[in-house]
Amino acid sequence: MEENQRKDQPVSRRTFLKNSGLVLGGLVVGGVAGGLLVRQREQAPQQPGTGSKQTADFNQALMFFTPEQFKVIDAACERIFPEDELGPGAKALGVAYFIDHQLAGDWGSNARDYMQPPFYPGEATQGYQGRLKRREIFEIGIQEMNNYSNEKHGKKFYELTPEQQDEVLKAFESGEVNLTTISASSFFQMLRSATLEGLYSDPLYGGNKNMDGWRLKRYPGNQMAYTQVIEQEKFVEMEPLSLRDHQSG
Amino acid sequence: MAKRLPKVDVVIVGVGWGGGIIASELTKQGLTVVGLERGKERKTEDYYMVHDELRYALRYEMMQDLSKETITFRNNTRIRALPMRQYGSFLMGDGLGGAGVHWNGQTFRFLPYDFEIRSKTIERYGENKIPADMTLQDWGITYDELEPYFDKFEQMAGISGEENPLGGKRSNPYPTPPMLASPPLKLFTEASKKLNLHPYMMPSANLSQAYTNPDGISRSACQYCGFCERFGCEYGAKADPVVTVIPVAKQTGKFEIRTHSYVRRILHTGNRATGVLYTDVTTGEELEQPAEIVVLTSYVFNNVRLLLLSGLGRPYDPNTGSGVIGKNYAYQVIRGGAVGFFEDREFNLYAGAGALGACLDDYNGDNFDHSDLQFIHGGNIAISQLGQRPIANNKTPKGTPSWGKEFKAATLKYNYRALSVGAQGASLPFRHHFLDLDPTYRDAFGDPLIRITFDFEEQDRQLAAYLAERCGEILKEMGADKVEVNSKLGPYEITTYQSTHNTGGVIMGSSPETSAVNNYLQMWDVENLFVVGASAFPHNSGYNPTGTVGALAYRAAEGILKYSKSGGILA
Repeated sequence: MEENQRKDQPVSRRTFLKNSGLVLGGLVVGGVAGGLLVRQREQAPQQPGTGSKQTADFNQALMFFTPEQFKVIDAACERIFPEDELGPGAKALGVAYFIDHQLAGDWGSNARDYMQPPFYPGEATQGYQGRLKRREIFEIGIQEMNNYSNEKHGKKFYELTPEQQDEVLKAFESGEVNLTTISASSFFQMLRSATLEGLYSDPLYGGNKNMDGWRLKRYPGNQMAYTQVIEQEKFVEMEPLSLRDHQSG
Repeated sequence: MAKRLPKVDVVIVGVGWGGGIIASELTKQGLTVVGLERGKERKTEDYYMVHDELRYALRYEMMQDLSKETITFRNNTRIRALPMRQYGSFLMGDGLGGAGVHWNGQTFRFLPYDFEIRSKTIERYGENKIPADMTLQDWGITYDELEPYFDKFEQMAGISGEENPLGGKRSNPYPTPPMLASPPLKLFTEASKKLNLHPYMMPSANLSQAYTNPDGISRSACQYCGFCERFGCEYGAKADPVVTVIPVAKQTGKFEIRTHSYVRRILHTGNRATGVLYTDVTTGEELEQPAEIVVLTSYVFNNVRLLLLSGLGRPYDPNTGSGVIGKNYAYQVIRGGAVGFFEDREFNLYAGAGALGACLDDYNGDNFDHSDLQFIHGGNIAISQLGQRPIANNKTPKGTPSWGKEFKAATLKYNYRALSVGAQGASLPFRHHFLDLDPTYRDAFGDPLIRITFDFEEQDRQLAAYLAERCGEILKEMGADKVEVNSKLGPYEITTYQSTHNTGGVIMGSSPETSAVNNYLQMWDVENLFVVGASAFPHNSGYNPTGTVGALAYRAAEGILKYSKSGGILA
């Protein structure tokens, strides 16, 4: 009975801390695991939404996009991962804010990429060889999405019906849209990857709001241990934890 | 003018597995060692916030900063090599512990066949079995000679495993029992037994239980948290240099590590190394560290690059086949595999560990008859459960759109219902696969980048197709409702992650004509210079390379100790 009970319960951080005392007992173990044992917190981790007073989400403001650019990306991401009967989509999960914040930082400015000249067009096997940074590609891509939407339907991308928006995105994805400065299909792929990152990265980055992206995918987020899960035949679902739950010092 | 520092016995360039092992073995015997590490200090306490897929796996937190230094690549000499501007195919480590910190911990021994691959292939199939442009060579050492060093590495790291029924002979069992077998691993094992294959649990450097190694270093057990590859371990459960060999070297009081120290040249007079020139990247100051013995222990690319930049050894010329530095660059053929979809079953795939797997070697090395096959060697076939992180893993059956409502539904449905069985194909050397200095592109100091010339060959395509079919057979036997076999190997491309198993360039062998180092990894042309790492592999086997890198590092350490007493070319 006790055995079954334990199996069916998610391994909470607390349980882990209790159990790991046994695992680590008698060993001189430095580092994080040892540190955690010493630094056991007084309080259980606060679950999102259980706080007594509601505060504004200060993270939901723009670091890079103009409001106009934001609307295009917000609409496009929602088509890539739409809200439906299965659960929230990119919009509700804050994906466009995530992308905005990423473009404002190292990733957007290709800070850790090799961006030295000379620039030559290469073979597909040699990867990206352009001189434009990701934020510049996004700015051009957004502009072109609006241009194309205007051309086809006389409206901006975010003013189109979802079906029309899908057509525009498909035209970009397939490279049917021929742009001079960037590759439409590469831009689309970048947007798609960034959308997945925004859905499923830790909520600290502005997407995966309230860990609802993880809940949708039944991903438990940031657990300390799965020693009690690893051999189980049955699928074990548990409430996710985020990096916030490690912010205990 | 560089500032000249006091001379030491040994200077090592790069403090990862190679550097850490060399440092611990040499300092235990009383030599003074300085380790120069271009990156920063790393310690277990750095990983409180390590369960962050975006930061570590997709923004490459632990990897070399490509804005400062990268490699250039071309498929063949007819096209212009261009810089790898962003990460893709492989990930180069940085910082204390190097790539040894962000590895998965899959720790194999290469097969006896590997070390005598040329002789054994000819013996069984005749000389014509080896394509004319395949520069296949014996290693100048046998498995039996290397066995004690494999054992030493495994005891030090505490490898968890069970005997490979088709592997080389072992002098000792693995120091810790295998990892816990999850349901997908059990399915794989049962299915392959039914197919008369010989499965075993993957040898793992993620400890299955608490372990104290022969140096007295204690580490705790793996918690199956699912964050190994590209991450550091917050438990110290995954063996890495920072939690094993480096503290042992430090304890002797004979090992000094200098981080942020970027080695730019090996200094030499004639054919004797006199030390190294490096830049303190925090101040820009240039320093000269004289030493009796110089040991290169950086990643494959920098081992080769430093020799070429310093004018040491004979550069390889693909046109004549003469010279050795840069020769026999090889990789890994990772594309042959299969995915199975299970309609009625979900697995706890979010849990896992870097080396949690089951595997078999029935189609690896020369464990099967190649008489009627258009390739030699093969690969280890494995199922692994690394911990399926949500951004990178969105498996859907073929034909599913890659975005939109259908995509969403399929990714949510199949997230825990898809299992992969994959092959890690051997990569054999060809005359026109090599490393040299790029004529155009430079690093942050203005030095030429290393240039890779490499492509997949017919050998690789045949091997991948064959292994993919075998993976598919196993998945069918495992009961998958739908099996997709990915047997097509295109040209080598540098944009998609495949494997950080780059090998060769400073290869070992029994003759200075065809190899750069002897079987102690001592340079034939420069007797007080040792070059340690997978750069010494004359080809890459169908396995992860670290176990063999570790064994060779212990062998090299023994050679360096011998050399420090007697001098001269060893063996």
